[in-house]
Amino acid sequence: MPEINGAAGPIRMDAAAKSDELLRVEDLAVHFPLTKGILIQRRVATIKAVDGVSFALKRGDTLGLVGESGCGKSTTGLAILRMLEPTAGRIVFEGEDITTHGKERMRPIRRRMQMVYQDPYGSLNPRMKVRDIIGEPLEVHGLAGDPVAYRQRVDELIALVGLLPDMAARYPHEFSGGQRQRIGIARALALNPSLVICDEPVSALDVSIQAQVVNLFMELQERLQLAYIFIAHNLAVVRHISDRIAVMYLGRIVEVARRDELYQRPLHPYTQALLAAIPVADPEVEARRPRAIVTGEVPSALRPPSGCRFHPRCPRAMDKCKTIDPPLTDLGGGRAAACHLHTSTA
Amino acid sequence: MPTPLLQVRNLTTRFNTERGQVTAVDQVSFHIDPGETLAIVGESGSGKSVTALSVMRLIPTPPGRIETGEAMFEGEDLFKLDDAGIRAVRGNKIAMIFQEPMSSLNPALTVGLQVAEPVNLHRGLPWGKAMELAKELLGRVRIPDAASRLASYPHQYSGGMRQRVMIAMALACQPRLIIADEPTTALDVTVQAQILDLLKELTRETGSSLLLITHDLGVVARYADRVAVMYGGRIVETAPARELYKNPRHPYTLGLMASVPRLDGAAGRPLVPIDGQPPDLAQLPPGCAFSPRCRSVSDVCQTNRPPLVAVSDMHFKACFNA
Repeated sequence: MPEINGAAGPIRMDAAAKSDELLRVEDLAVHFPLTKGILIQRRVATIKAVDGVSFALKRGDTLGLVGESGCGKSTTGLAILRMLEPTAGRIVFEGEDITTHGKERMRPIRRRMQMVYQDPYGSLNPRMKVRDIIGEPLEVHGLAGDPVAYRQRVDELIALVGLLPDMAARYPHEFSGGQRQRIGIARALALNPSLVICDEPVSALDVSIQAQVVNLFMELQERLQLAYIFIAHNLAVVRHISDRIAVMYLGRIVEVARRDELYQRPLHPYTQALLAAIPVADPEVEARRPRAIVTGEVPSALRPPSGCRFHPRCPRAMDKCKTIDPPLTDLGGGRAAACHLHTSTA
Repeated sequence: MPTPLLQVRNLTTRFNTERGQVTAVDQVSFHIDPGETLAIVGESGSGKSVTALSVMRLIPTPPGRIETGEAMFEGEDLFKLDDAGIRAVRGNKIAMIFQEPMSSLNPALTVGLQVAEPVNLHRGLPWGKAMELAKELLGRVRIPDAASRLASYPHQYSGGMRQRVMIAMALACQPRLIIADEPTTALDVTVQAQILDLLKELTRETGSSLLLITHDLGVVARYADRVAVMYGGRIVETAPARELYKNPRHPYTLGLMASVPRLDGAAGRPLVPIDGQPPDLAQLPPGCAFSPRCRSVSDVCQTNRPPLVAVSDMHFKACFNA
C-alpha cells in the first residue's frame, strides 16, 4: 500500500472513549481512474479525490467538514455511506467494519446512516407526493407496517420538521427551497438513523431561510441524539453547528480541532487563510481584520503539488514543504494539524 | 455634495409571466456618487439583479419592460437613448461583470480577442494596438504570463482567472461605472477575496464607481461605502455601510443581520431566523411587502405602502413602525 498520511493522531486518542464512538474512519482513500479510449480503456491517470483521511465521531456529536471545491469533503461523505467504493482504508460504524460490506449487508446499516443533499430541487422526485417521498424509506426497508401505522409515522415526521399536516398530499414544486429541505430532512429521519451526513444542506437557500434550517438541524439533534457530519464551504455556518471541525485541502485533512479552538487559534496556514478570506458582516470589525493572504487557486487533484499540497499557495512555505509531505500530527487537546510549522520532527 | 454619477428615479420594471404581470422592481430610486461603491443587497427575487439589468437596458423585451423611471448618467437619461446610443454606453462608460464568467465569455474566441474587442469597438483602436492593450489589461488583473495567455481560450482558464478576464474586459474602456452582479458567488472563498480585493483596488485606482450586487452581508461590510437593502422589488433601507450595520432600522435589515451566522460572536446559540417564506412577486400584499413576515407589523402595514423616509442625513427606511 502506498504511504498515506494521517494515520496517527485523532483516532488513537479517541480510543479511550470508544464506547460512545459512533463512526471511525481510518486512512480512507477514494481514487478515480481517468481512462482514455472508448473500446479499449487505458488508465492514464488517477484522481485522488480523498487520499488518507482519518477521523472519529461520537454519538450525538457534529463534525464539520470544510474546504473549497475539490477538497474531497463530499466524496468522503459518499464513501462513508458506501455510495462510492473506498480504494483503501477502513470505515467502522457502530463497532462494525463496513468497508467491504456488500449490498445486502449494507442494507440494515443504511437505516442507521442517512443523507441530506444540497439541492432541494434535484433531490426530491417531482412526481411523488410529499407523503410518499417521506414514507419511501419505510417501504424500501419493509418497515411500513399497516396503513394506519405508516400514515401515523409520516405525519409524525412531517410535524417533526415543522411542516403542516395538509402539506402531505402536495407535490414538491408547490414548496419553497426551505420547505423542500425540510421534506428531505424528514425523509432522512424516517428510519431513525444515528448518523446523518449533510452535504451543503443550506448553501442553496436564501440567507433568511438558512437560519431556519440550521436551527431545525440543531433542534433535531437535541431531540433525537443524532450525530451529524456537516459538509459545507461556509465556515460561519459550520462554526455555528459543529462540535469539532476538520479542514480539508486536496483530499487530505490539514487540521482538526474543537470548534472554538479552530476559530480562535487556527494553526494551519490554510485554515488561517480560509478564515481571513471570509468577510464578517460588520464594517468596523472588517476594517481591523487581517486580510486574505493566499494567492492562486486550488490546483487540480490530478496533479497535486509535491510535498505539502498547500505549499505553492502558502505564505509561510519553507524549503522542506516542497519535498516532505507533513503528516497529520496529534498536538494534544483534541487538535491535530498537518504542517511542518507544527511538527517538531521531520 | 457631489453631482451623482448615476441617478435612478422611480424605476419600475415588470415582466409578463404565465402567472400574470410581475413587478420585479417597483419605484426604486437611488444614486451613485463618483468613486463610490454602492452595494445593493437582497435575496433571490428581491429585484437587485433586475435593477442592474434595467440600468444597462438589458431587460429582455418582451417579456420584460421598463415601465417608468429615469436613469440620469452624465447628463443623459439612459432610458431615453436609442439602441445605438445605449450601445455606445454599454461596455464603454458603464461596464458589467456577471456571476458566471464561463457563460459570459465566448468559448470559441481567444481571451485576447475578447478583451481587445471593446477597445476596438468603442475607441476605434486597430486590432494590433487593441491586442497590445489587452495584454496590458491582463497584466493589470494579475494574470501571470499575460502575453502567452492571450491566445488561450476561456476553457483553459480556471474560474478565478476567467473572472479576472471579465474584469479586464470591464476595465478596457476606462468606464466611469462598473456594475458587478454577484461577481464571486460561483467562486471558492479564498478566490472570492482575491477577486473582490482586486476589483476594489482597480476601481480606487481609476476613480470609477462600483455598483455591487450581492446577497452576502459580509461582502457588503468589507467592500461597500453605502448600502441599499432590497426586498420584494423595493428598497427598504439605505444608508452608509457603517451606519447601516450599527443602526439598522428596517425589521427586514434587522432580521437579516440576526439570522446570518458570523465568524465572530457567540457560536452554538440558536440563530434568530426571519419567519415565513420569501415573497411571491406575483402575489405581493397591497401594503408593505415584508408585512407577512414582520415581527412589528401593524394595521397600516397591511394596506399602505411605506415610503422611504429619512432617519438621518443619509439614512432612509421604508417602515411605518421602526
